[in-house]
Amino acid sequence: MLLSEVTMSPLFNLVPLIVFLPVAGLLVNLIFGGKMGEKAIGAVASAASGLAFVVSALLGVALWTGSGEAVVVPFADWIHIGDLNIAWSFRVDTLSVLMMLVVSGVGTLIHIYAIGYMHEDVRFKKDEKRYRRFFVFMNLFIAMMMILVSGDSYLMLFVGWEGVGLCSFLLIGFWYEMDTLGRPSWANSDAAKKAMIANRIGDFGFLLASFTMFWAFKDLSFGGVFSQAGQVASVAPGVILAITLFLLIGVAGKSAQLPLYVWLPDAMAGPTPVSALIHAATMVTAGVYLVARSAPLYTLVPQAQTTVALVGGITALFAATIAVGQYDIKKVLAYSTISQLGFMVAAVGMGAYVAGMFHLVTHAFFKALLFLSAGSVILGMERGHHHLAHGKHDEHHSEEVFDPSDMRNMGGLRKQMPVTFWLYLIGALALAGIVPLAGFWSKDEILADAFHKFPTVYWLLTIAAFFTAFYMGRQVWMVFFGKPRHEAAAHAEESKPIITVPLMILAGLAVLGGALNLPGLHTLTDWLEHTIAGVEAGEFNFLVAGLSTGLALLAIFLAWTLYGHKPLAEGQKDPLKKLLGPVFTIFERKYWVDEAYGALFINRFVDVARFLADIIDGRFWHDWFHEKVIAGTYNWLSRTVLDLRIDTQGIDAFFNWLGELTKRISAGLRRWQNGFVRSYALAVLAGVVVILGYLLLK
Amino acid sequence: MVGVIPLSYYLAISAVLFVMGALGVLVRRNPLIIFMSIELMLNAANLAFLAFARALNVLTGQIFVLFVMTVAAAEVAVGLALIVVIFRTKHSIDVDLMSSLKG
Repeated sequence: MLLSEVTMSPLFNLVPLIVFLPVAGLLVNLIFGGKMGEKAIGAVASAASGLAFVVSALLGVALWTGSGEAVVVPFADWIHIGDLNIAWSFRVDTLSVLMMLVVSGVGTLIHIYAIGYMHEDVRFKKDEKRYRRFFVFMNLFIAMMMILVSGDSYLMLFVGWEGVGLCSFLLIGFWYEMDTLGRPSWANSDAAKKAMIANRIGDFGFLLASFTMFWAFKDLSFGGVFSQAGQVASVAPGVILAITLFLLIGVAGKSAQLPLYVWLPDAMAGPTPVSALIHAATMVTAGVYLVARSAPLYTLVPQAQTTVALVGGITALFAATIAVGQYDIKKVLAYSTISQLGFMVAAVGMGAYVAGMFHLVTHAFFKALLFLSAGSVILGMERGHHHLAHGKHDEHHSEEVFDPSDMRNMGGLRKQMPVTFWLYLIGALALAGIVPLAGFWSKDEILADAFHKFPTVYWLLTIAAFFTAFYMGRQVWMVFFGKPRHEAAAHAEESKPIITVPLMILAGLAVLGGALNLPGLHTLTDWLEHTIAGVEAGEFNFLVAGLSTGLALLAIFLAWTLYGHKPLAEGQKDPLKKLLGPVFTIFERKYWVDEAYGALFINRFVDVARFLADIIDGRFWHDWFHEKVIAGTYNWLSRTVLDLRIDTQGIDAFFNWLGELTKRISAGLRRWQNGFVRSYALAVLAGVVVILGYLLLK
Repeated sequence: MVGVIPLSYYLAISAVLFVMGALGVLVRRNPLIIFMSIELMLNAANLAFLAFARALNVLTGQIFVLFVMTVAAAEVAVGLALIVVIFRTKHSIDVDLMSSLKG
């Protein structure tokens, strides 16, 4: 027994609870939820997530007070085939505990928020029974994400990876029979399918990486792979390069990088808590976690690192430009998430693992804050719209389709929803990277590291940061300032405390989160040093910080001149359209990437499928092969051979001939019975002659 | 006795008579003539019996002839009665018309 095992804190044995508490929560809601009220369902789900947070915190304490080295807690045997021996073990080290805390902490706040949000959402969509399903899926997601971050092998990570992909599908398509405006449509389920398929392509990359890993290392556990990595790299570096690039495909799928990011904007079809939890704070960060975890592999192949960093940098800039042209409040935040994930992926790609993880944590705080506040805004607009619909039963209003998340309908909400406004502002400033909010510290650390390691990526990220500040400014001025551009906005109402209180907590974290890794104190660097080898605390670079802050302030000023100085009026076109013209159209239409994918891949696939179905299966197989060959042969056998030749012309002919023969014989014999006395007399005479002849000749 | 006629001459006559009678039965249509032909056949048989009785000097043949004649007489009686009855129904005694058993 190792000394580390003897002195290991018993708290580590609690680690399976991080998975099984959410599972218990979902089972309770699943089995008893029909009899529990909405508050009870929400309470059970939030408690499950909250207790998982408590356990994660205890594990953190155990690591903090202990040596900080990784502890592997075996749980169950799983696969044992030949050389492959994968057990389900939990890995408690500083990196995984960091992720656990973020997932369960932010997750619990979002669960509490969702109690209030879903209460209103199911009433707006007129299906109150669906409330329970939401929390079952949310708990399932937390359980799966915990499996992902606590797994001790690439295979366990993949189990969680797939699980969160499933939960993403289930939750994006929560209102599966409608579109975002509540009309019957395929739109939401199409979005869920798109997420699943794009993720699947990424998963394919991950699987290829796993197979290559098993082939090279005969092992999939982290310990096994990393200990052998150096050896294999010296013999066959191409194998490690292949593994890391395949993992990059997985990262591109799950963390929405180019070219597989297309599912994330569509995923905004899901309820806002889903967007916050899955598509901002936790699931999409799984790719970043994967690269950080695979640091020993990536450091061996600089070409892979360059590729990852470039993918991240280009995605960051690309998505930031698209966000400038979006009108839906959640779409702006979605593209912002893709852009910020680009920052994180670029950071871990360059080898700045601490900077990337730091940004992951702060981004979870302020992006969740932004999404949830956006949800509060949307609910406020819905409430305003409902007041209108109930107030005056105007035909005009009941006929038009109202989009509560379109920023062109908003305006002046600062007066209607003051609490939401201030919280949103904090989130926006954090995202834009204004000192001393959390976003500034984490983004700056990435930029400082990029400045030294990879100047190209530094410039990409800096320009992306400029755009980030611009589109957030645009958003804040369009939504909260000026005059309401729609009557629903004029009648919008502030949200209840159950919605605003979690937001306040997140806002506090967004403000104070920078303390996690202040330059000089570098708490997080020390924490992660135990797990990721070779991380160094960077120095604070005043040049980089000054340039990024200056650019951010410039961007906010530009946004003010366009959207704040003369606020947008009802029906007025976006002023940026006049300014940039066709460039703005490119941003607005998201570079026509979805249309390109459709034309290049999806419609071609549909063509192949249609060809296979109509021509190969239909005309060839059914119409020709089945009808002419199989059915034709069978019919020929049956009708011609069996029926005609054998049955009719063979057997029937024979028996008919027998019958005919009998008839002929009897017809012949009948002539003897003619009633003529004389012929009978002749017969008698003939008979006598025969008998006499026989007797005489014998 | 000297110059006795050989037996075969008698038998030949008997055979000829028999054949003539048989032909008469087959050919003639009038039942009375058929009966006469039957009588002729019977008498041919009688002649054969007698010829053998004389040649073998046995009495048996002669007794048998008496039996045959008796039977012939009885048979004729019955046959003629039948013809009378048939005539009453059919008003004809052409045997070709007696074909009710045709089937």
